[in-house]
Amino acid sequence: MSEIRYTDQHEWVRIDGDEATVGITKYAADQLGDVVYVELPEPGRSLGQGGEAAVVESVKAASEVYAPIGGEVTDANSAIAADPAKVNADPEGDAWFFKVKIADKGELGKLMTAGQYADFLKGL
Amino acid sequence: MRYLPLTKDDRAAMLAKIGARNIDAVFRDVPQSAVVSRSAFDLPDTQGELEVERTLSRMAARNVAAGSVPFFCGAGSYRHHVPAAVDHLIQRSEFLTSYTPYQPEIAQGTLQYLFEFQTQVALLTGMEVANASLYDGSTATAEAVLMAQRVTKRYKAVLSGGLHPHYAESVETVANLSGEVVRAPVIPGHEEDLIKLIDEKTACVVVQSPDVFGLIRNLKPIADAAHAKGALLIAVVTEVVSLGLLEPPGHRGADIVAAEGQGLGVGLNFGGPYVGLFATREKFIRQMPGRLSGETVDAAGKRGFVLTLSTREQHIRREKATSNICTNSGLCCLAFTIHLSLLGEEGLTRLARLNHARACALANRLSKISHVELLTPAFFNEFTLKLPKPASPVVDVLAEKGILAGVPASRLWPHDHNLRDLLIIAVTETCSEEDCDAFAKALAEVL
Amino acid sequence: MTLNSRGRPTAPGTIEPNELPTISGDRGLDHEEPLIFELGREGVCGVDIPEVQLSEERLGGLRRRAPIGLPGLSEPEVVRHYVRLSRMNYAIDAGLYPLGSCTMKHNPRLNEKMARLPGFGDVHPLQPQQTVQGALQLISELMRWLTMLTGMPAIAMSPKAGAHGELCGLLTIRAAIEARGEKRRRILVPSSAHGTNPATAAMAGFVVDEVLATEDGHVDADALEAKLGPDVCAIMLTNPNTCGLFEPRIKEMADAVHEVGGYFYCDGANFNAIAGRVRPGDLGIDAMHINLHKTFSTPHGGGGPGAGPVVLSERLAPFAPLPLLMQDGNEFRLIEDRSALPKDAKPFGRMCAFHGQMGMFVRALTYMLSHGADGVRQASEDAVLSANYILTSLKDVMSAPYGDGPCMHEALFDDSFLEGTGIATLDFAKAMIDEGYHPMTMYFPLVVHGAMLIEPTESESKESLDRFIHVLRELTKDAKAGNRTRFEGAPRLAPRRRLDETLAARKPVLRWKRKELPQAAE
Repeated sequence: MSEIRYTDQHEWVRIDGDEATVGITKYAADQLGDVVYVELPEPGRSLGQGGEAAVVESVKAASEVYAPIGGEVTDANSAIAADPAKVNADPEGDAWFFKVKIADKGELGKLMTAGQYADFLKGL
Repeated sequence: MRYLPLTKDDRAAMLAKIGARNIDAVFRDVPQSAVVSRSAFDLPDTQGELEVERTLSRMAARNVAAGSVPFFCGAGSYRHHVPAAVDHLIQRSEFLTSYTPYQPEIAQGTLQYLFEFQTQVALLTGMEVANASLYDGSTATAEAVLMAQRVTKRYKAVLSGGLHPHYAESVETVANLSGEVVRAPVIPGHEEDLIKLIDEKTACVVVQSPDVFGLIRNLKPIADAAHAKGALLIAVVTEVVSLGLLEPPGHRGADIVAAEGQGLGVGLNFGGPYVGLFATREKFIRQMPGRLSGETVDAAGKRGFVLTLSTREQHIRREKATSNICTNSGLCCLAFTIHLSLLGEEGLTRLARLNHARACALANRLSKISHVELLTPAFFNEFTLKLPKPASPVVDVLAEKGILAGVPASRLWPHDHNLRDLLIIAVTETCSEEDCDAFAKALAEVL
Repeated sequence: MTLNSRGRPTAPGTIEPNELPTISGDRGLDHEEPLIFELGREGVCGVDIPEVQLSEERLGGLRRRAPIGLPGLSEPEVVRHYVRLSRMNYAIDAGLYPLGSCTMKHNPRLNEKMARLPGFGDVHPLQPQQTVQGALQLISELMRWLTMLTGMPAIAMSPKAGAHGELCGLLTIRAAIEARGEKRRRILVPSSAHGTNPATAAMAGFVVDEVLATEDGHVDADALEAKLGPDVCAIMLTNPNTCGLFEPRIKEMADAVHEVGGYFYCDGANFNAIAGRVRPGDLGIDAMHINLHKTFSTPHGGGGPGAGPVVLSERLAPFAPLPLLMQDGNEFRLIEDRSALPKDAKPFGRMCAFHGQMGMFVRALTYMLSHGADGVRQASEDAVLSANYILTSLKDVMSAPYGDGPCMHEALFDDSFLEGTGIATLDFAKAMIDEGYHPMTMYFPLVVHGAMLIEPTESESKESLDRFIHVLRELTKDAKAGNRTRFEGAPRLAPRRRLDETLAARKPVLRWKRKELPQAAE
């Protein structure tokens, strides 16, 4: 049974065992507008929690995507690099950005649950 | 004041609408202590066109205009004939008095000529893509070095000794901040050994061809050596007309071409404004500095153009932008583009051939003067002579005789005694046979 | 991820053209125009140049082998092509151009005429100096005007535009700090700053530390002072700021940064609001660039060229870049390298080849001589008066976040008056195009939501301002009445409908390519 957590920087992370899948939330994708470019981390790169991991660009905005949790990158979603429109179409599903092998599950404690994130959005 | 439409009554009515007693009340956020009166400025009052024109014409008359004398100066700025249509067209209000094309629906004129400019620059340089201009050749070269640092994530730049020293200094100004700049020795008329300076830390090698002495450089071996070490080759061109006759740098292995476009359409202007050309490989477009015009369609399906890939730029990316450039050389791009459109393939080729023929003829003639030596075996329209005495006084004497004889190397390297006898001479289509005659005779007399 | 408020629709969707199509595709005075590469043919040329056979060739075996690929056109074809393109552009000569922060004022034609005098336009930067004394005199005279108007003792003339001037100023500061044997790297930049400010600071090797704005649109002076410390090399402020407001605590902030040994860089993009009335030198500024293409009306030319001379305080003057201009009696002399520096000069380097944007210098001095010191002041006052007139006349129907007090030369609105209408700033701006106006600056400064920044300049008559105000008031009425047709899909009457910026960015096409010959050479 996988669980999903959120950051206040609008990343989501899905935990399956010691693997984490990371993407940006629907709210973030909507704010950006049409995504035109995605730059993903190389597999093998080691990321610290909160470190810059990827870049996502629309026509008028460029944003860094931060690692919600630290670890080594195991996979990157080349499908969204080839067709960035996928990020707008299914940000919290098919359009995941990268996967990491979690270094320290304790870091999950700093993240929000779905309910907490929904409340957080209401406050924006 | 003829440029100010508001009347006294208008101003009073507007102040009344705002609810301000006087103009000082409108400026109320400005601390009174910071406001100065008219007498703080020892400057004249408003003047009519006639008076202003008189003052400026007097200053202009103190200069020797290139077109009024036999003229042979180059060294990074070249005098070519600009067709009358160019200046007429760039002065059309819709080009001259428009802003950066931020509203593409009402700026297709600018966006389309920028797209044409980008295409022309790519074709001329033999590269895949070009931007919508930088300030000039020297700043384009500096930007090219910064871009090479970003692409390679290395920080050493190797500069050829044949690179115009103003360009080399402009590169040092920005590239020294984050890396290291190595300048190869200056050996007029020869190719220095750049290859031995390239190592695993090298981001780029910068080579100008034709170089500042006019010598045509063979870029291919340097490109190969650079690529073998993972470095980029930046080719610099200061005389854009040479590309009408010479192999383009893109076909000789260049990764970035930084060039001065002033020779087409722009004129001498005492050094500015000019137009920086910047071209590279498609795979590097996201690392490019400057604006780009790109093709797209509008909502009705018609082809149109927009500024694109703007996330590279300062107004979106701020401190992470590829460059801080905002204003570029818009109107000079237009002049360049119109001049090149008028020339076309045939015109540019003929123009380049004519330049080379004139330069060969004058080089032959001058090098026959006793004790004068031609240092540059291969050149386009500019060559360097070694005179039997210091060149700068010779140029001054010839200037008094009404001949602008070229640029003494000591103007660019005042401290280098090895170069003080060298004279850099540019010959374009604007130098008539009579001009060349007068120059050859006068030089022989002075020496 | 970091988010900003600039995400807005950039793909327009598709619409059906609702007009009766013409046979030619042109519509009256509106001509469609192909690319120059789609015109022309071989064997035609717009310039007559004699064909020479090269009796010898000294090209070192590097003669071009492949053709360039340029089309051939006669002069009338080239003239028609570019005239048709010109007609697709909006221009200040054709109408009010209220782009905030860009200063689209009238460009006098005398300036153009003077710049084309052969004694200025046809002189070479490396001619013997005794043959260009008038050109050097002109630069010297412009330096006198600029230093006098700003109350600053020194000036560097070579920077080629505003952003280049910023870099010049920051490198001067860097050199001054290094000359003291210090290595400060932090620079304080407000969140409302032009994008060039943080970009320049990064280019100069500094670390940007952002200072937020207060609720009334000023730099938070308390927050700024709290961030000051011995590692701060400079503060970088725009004054008047990008919200169109004068920073009332500017002198205090200047004193505070000087107190910790730092410098005050001012972005002079908005100098046109105060020229002739306030001298930046009196405010404690150490370096400020002047956009000659804004304040002194050299034409913008569709994006350039500009010129960005930088005035410097006494403390920074020695570090100004090469070249330096000296005057001995009536004679002017350029110092272009380090071998003959005057006493105390320690230039940090060189910004570019040659001596600066001479063509722009001639235009700017012509403008200044025409105005005189009194006219410069009057122009600033009229610009500020006109902006306030617009602010006052519109703030009851549009929302002005800082509209309680007067503004300087530009009036800032946000999009709260459009709330609930389904119409965004972008739609409102595009509807202005159909009314014959260039839109105002949109979505800048970033500190205001859906910003609309209007700068009328001093070049508009009261009748012109009244008409503009009337049109905007009627537009707001329509927007609030829910009449969305005027806004959605606007503009309808421009040479193009909304363009698909998403497509342009996803699949960049940056040059024309011949369809049948796919660039074999590459």
